[in-house]
Amino acid sequence: MATTTLFTLHLCRFGQSFSKKLFSTSPSSDTLLNPHHVTFHHKLRRPNSSSAPAFFRRFSTVAAASTSGEVNYDGIGTADEKYDVIVVGGGHAGCEAALASARLGARTLLLTLNIDRIAWQPCNPAVGGPAKSQLVHEVDALSGEIGKIADRCYLQKRVLNVSRGPAVRALRAQTDKREYAMQMKSVVESTPNLSIREAMVTDILLGKNDNVEGVCTFFGMKFYAPSVVLTTGTFMSGKIWVGRTSMPAGRAGESASHGLTENLQRLGFETDRLKTGTPARVDIRTVDFSGLEPQHGDKEVSWFSFDPDVHIEREQMCCYLTRTTGRTHQIIRDNLHETPTYGGWVEAKGPRYCPSIEDKIVRFQDKESHQIFLEPEGRSVPELYVQGFSTGLPERLQLPLLRTLPGLENCSMLRPAYAVEYDYLPAHQCARSLMTKKIQGLFFSGQINGTTGYEEAAAQGIISGINAARYADGKQLIVLERESSYIGTLIDDLVTKDLREPYRMLTSRSEHRLLLRSDNADSRLTPLAHEIGLIDDRRWKLYQEKQARISEEKKRLRSVRISGGDLAAEVSRVSGQPVRDSSTLESLLKKPHIQYGILDEHGFGNIELSRIEKECVEIDIKYEGFILRQQSQLQQMVTQQHRQLPEDLDYHMITTLSIEAREKLSKVRPQTIGQASRVGGVSPADITALLIVLEANRRKAQEQSRYKIMNAMRAKALEEEVPEVSCTETVSS
Amino acid sequence: MLRASEKPNAVMAHLPALRVLLRHINCLIPPPRTSMPALCTIRATCHFLLLSPKPRKLHATATSKGPENHALLLNRDERVARNVTPSDVVEKGSTIAAIVTSLGGPPGAVGIVRLSGPSAVSVAGRVFRPAKRSKNNDWKPMSHVVEYGVVLDSEGNVIDEVLAVPMLAPKSYTREDVVEIQCHGSEVCLRRVLRTCLEAGATLAQPGEFTLRAFLNGRLDLSQAENVGRLITAKSVAAADAALAGIQACLTRIWFDLILQCNKISLRMQCIELLTEIEARLDFEDEMPPLDLNIIMDKIHSMSQDVESALEAENYDRLLQSGLQIAIVGRPNVGKSSLLNAWSKSERAIVTEIAGTTRDVIEASVSVNGIPITLLDTAGIRDTDDVVEKIGVERSEAVARGADLIIMTVSAVEGWTSEDTKLLERIQSAKIDCNPRAETDWDRGCQSHDIFSKRVFTCAVTGQGLQDLERAVLELVGLDAIPSGGRQWTVNQRQCEQLVRTKEALERLQSSIKEELPLDFWTIDLRDAALSLGQIIGEDISEEVLSNIFGKFCIGK
Repeated sequence: MATTTLFTLHLCRFGQSFSKKLFSTSPSSDTLLNPHHVTFHHKLRRPNSSSAPAFFRRFSTVAAASTSGEVNYDGIGTADEKYDVIVVGGGHAGCEAALASARLGARTLLLTLNIDRIAWQPCNPAVGGPAKSQLVHEVDALSGEIGKIADRCYLQKRVLNVSRGPAVRALRAQTDKREYAMQMKSVVESTPNLSIREAMVTDILLGKNDNVEGVCTFFGMKFYAPSVVLTTGTFMSGKIWVGRTSMPAGRAGESASHGLTENLQRLGFETDRLKTGTPARVDIRTVDFSGLEPQHGDKEVSWFSFDPDVHIEREQMCCYLTRTTGRTHQIIRDNLHETPTYGGWVEAKGPRYCPSIEDKIVRFQDKESHQIFLEPEGRSVPELYVQGFSTGLPERLQLPLLRTLPGLENCSMLRPAYAVEYDYLPAHQCARSLMTKKIQGLFFSGQINGTTGYEEAAAQGIISGINAARYADGKQLIVLERESSYIGTLIDDLVTKDLREPYRMLTSRSEHRLLLRSDNADSRLTPLAHEIGLIDDRRWKLYQEKQARISEEKKRLRSVRISGGDLAAEVSRVSGQPVRDSSTLESLLKKPHIQYGILDEHGFGNIELSRIEKECVEIDIKYEGFILRQQSQLQQMVTQQHRQLPEDLDYHMITTLSIEAREKLSKVRPQTIGQASRVGGVSPADITALLIVLEANRRKAQEQSRYKIMNAMRAKALEEEVPEVSCTETVSS
Repeated sequence: MLRASEKPNAVMAHLPALRVLLRHINCLIPPPRTSMPALCTIRATCHFLLLSPKPRKLHATATSKGPENHALLLNRDERVARNVTPSDVVEKGSTIAAIVTSLGGPPGAVGIVRLSGPSAVSVAGRVFRPAKRSKNNDWKPMSHVVEYGVVLDSEGNVIDEVLAVPMLAPKSYTREDVVEIQCHGSEVCLRRVLRTCLEAGATLAQPGEFTLRAFLNGRLDLSQAENVGRLITAKSVAAADAALAGIQACLTRIWFDLILQCNKISLRMQCIELLTEIEARLDFEDEMPPLDLNIIMDKIHSMSQDVESALEAENYDRLLQSGLQIAIVGRPNVGKSSLLNAWSKSERAIVTEIAGTTRDVIEASVSVNGIPITLLDTAGIRDTDDVVEKIGVERSEAVARGADLIIMTVSAVEGWTSEDTKLLERIQSAKIDCNPRAETDWDRGCQSHDIFSKRVFTCAVTGQGLQDLERAVLELVGLDAIPSGGRQWTVNQRQCEQLVRTKEALERLQSSIKEELPLDFWTIDLRDAALSLGQIIGEDISEEVLSNIFGKFCIGK
């Protein structure tokens, strides 16, 4: 069985490289006979002609090979039920996972409870914000979809933290939630290799070696694939609450998914419950905006995607700011016993970064008023999202409460605020590839791992999609190191640290955020995406041209010198620092408050550069010292941190570890020393002890292999003697 | 009064040389049963895992379905990588330093500060100035060749006369570049050299870290592995105990700090609080009231001052422990013994009218602002034929050379004489290339002798001027700013390193503020400061900052 697989694989690869050699027009592709020889660490600037369709046949062979022999299909059409990758769930994680997998050439099936709710935005109709925008840029750099859709469907865009440093500058878009879902749905529907089907998955089909073989649905269908990605969101045993009343549901009006939790538990997974909520929606036509402070979008629109094709400006809508009043606070204080937390019927506290309005009022009693943002949910829907006003109060009190807000005195409520409780699987059960440690080929992504937010979901989705496809294809899985990206930081935190609330990405979670900026997400991740075949030739060419222009411009700024003149005068005026004769443009740009724009104004700019490219140049030059210092700090750390820990290490047997460390490490089973050091309860002394054990084991293994080699040589020497004898025998006979 | 920061001594200089010779031979003998050095390089590169495995390897994974054959992505920003020239390639791993000879007992003649790590040579190059100076500034030592020179602090002052022993990788104990600096054995001296190394970029070694590195780099026998493990754990536990003790010490210290507002723990909290203020704005921009930058800058400024004074306390602390030695020298019969008696309020020395009464060195202890001071009364220095007195004079000169400070006594009646000048030359000639400062009781006629730092009039009979003398002494050792009540500071080496790192971080922070860099850049050095002040190296402060943000501010949508 195994040998057949091996054989077909080999043939396919041969065919692939052969055909490429035949059909490629690029002369340099000859050097790339087999792209798998190329490591990411080599500079990948040569054009690569690898294209997704080349992968097809290979995948199918693998899938067929791994399932045949177990199940017998006779009828026509049953072959359709065999895939390379099955993605369960059509939310933001599921879409990215399915798209990445299909784009890598894997035959992918997306199973969702409701096709009309693909990529739905059940909460805040917005994408981005601090740290989240970095995630979006990174997903886009890996050719994910979230950034492009947000760029196409925005209602308003703003750059936050404009003057607070390039690393924390963050783009946020209000999106049209209907349009968003439709756009994503059409992308998903039109992607080759990707099939969609409505189904409620209730069980996981297992193979003989603790590997996944497929899924089983509520109606008894079985779908087969060597890789399965679960992105169940809030649906797994979901339950929604309004006041004291609850009903099983994944979202308001959508039925929950039942049975899967129990079956996962049966497989040995540990599950737990999390809670989150969403505020009420009001009818935009019943709100009086006249007295409210408007919040306009940026005049100059920024973009999530590095793909200029989606940079199409649209008319922006306005958000408004209102505030809670004394009356609001009064109603809440009078009815505290009606809220889940203070009424005492729900113990779990909501996430700290997303407190209910009653929480805010109780905890910050000295604050007389809290900001409330009113955000439109679409161009064609009358719904208005009341941000900062989530509540656990019963529905009958919600409208009176809303009407205490200035501008909403006569509003009508379209949907009540509600809370949702759902099952998740503590993510220490996943490796950093997002594959579960227990069952090979099974991946988890999104809220099932305990996160919150569309961006966090998308980030995990694309990684699990990539890895599901690669696993099905028998390739190495990809791990983004913590230091490489916010995506890496997110996943590392999830699988390493204890979670006490739904995880939201924040810039302060990254130790080296100056290196993980939005503007360099492409130069950090796009080469990788290209390497694994996610980025197409067009995007790769755009990327390379952009990098070349930036690099050239930096060179130019280093070489062009000015003495005196308008520019020098302006620079010394703005920066408050003298400009010496024969200063390079680079040195001018390094002065405080000097931006590339000043060079443009005085005719020293480069008109061939786009605004984004100028920004990149400016950041690289202006903060060069800091960036290099951070980089060298990182490098020092990385040497030790990236040391691999063997998977079969028995921590309980290492007596030099503290008891707590033994337990925690056995539970988390970190993959590297760095990850081990971030596990709660593991001290630096424990890490030292681990290093010693590793070195001792390595030496033992080395001695053993030396011993083996010696034995083998001895045996070989003996063997060599034997045929000699037999040979002479035959001759003599 | 001469300030002696130097103790040159021919014998001293030779001893280390001998030791080095021995060490040298040790290094040449290969240790038994070490594994092949080639392995080090294999491990050093193993992080560069391939993203796409070679086909053959891929087949293997396809058949075995090995689950976690991970490919790792190092942080490689192509944009930055393009600009980095090969010379900018950063070194891997940190460079550690520590005093490796024992402390606490009676001072040995020689003490060793060892540096180990990829930048050991460059760190040593920053603090060590060889006697034979090469043309360019870079110190390019030849491995296993002893060099003579001096250690300079960041301001260029000579700290000690030393021998530097470079042992380049892999022929060293740790298999990394190692530089051993052999200094004079007094604790003060060693700690100063160590601190200079820390300021030059080394980090303080953990207990047993040299041995750990040696082991991890393939040295030591496998059978020794478990011993190493036990050793390190035991030491770590001891260190943890020490840290606990340190915390308790801090608690007792709080009473003093309440007045002085200079508590290391609260310094860390101040950093965290500032971070909280700033980070909250960065992550929740539109939900927060604007930040008052002036308040932040004031806080940062006052924190810098706190660190400065804590470091001053470290100076004070060192003197508290080791004390000062003050030699009283002068011509015969000018009142040296009287001064000693008057100052120590005793009749320790015999005082007569006869010149040359004091034949041997007489010690007496006094305490100035809590600093123990040993006064050394010496025989009057003159040319003499008396055998006993001659020995006494030689001893006087030796004592003068060894003392931290020298008080030269001049008779107020006779004034400055030519013998005084001669005597001064005699003492000075023993002082190679240091810059002694001195003090006389009386200075009429010594206009040209600007080597004296202070001049104080005293009267041994009435005790007049003794307070002035004490004040002058304190001023000379740089402790005049310490209030006379004294503080119960115990700044150990670890804390000293923390303070040095914090100081550096705060200095960078202040320059960021001065250059008007955006707010985010402030957090980088604030974070560094908070991290350096932490009890545990490498602790995670993100969660602490986040808890603070959520606890302090009303955030959330």
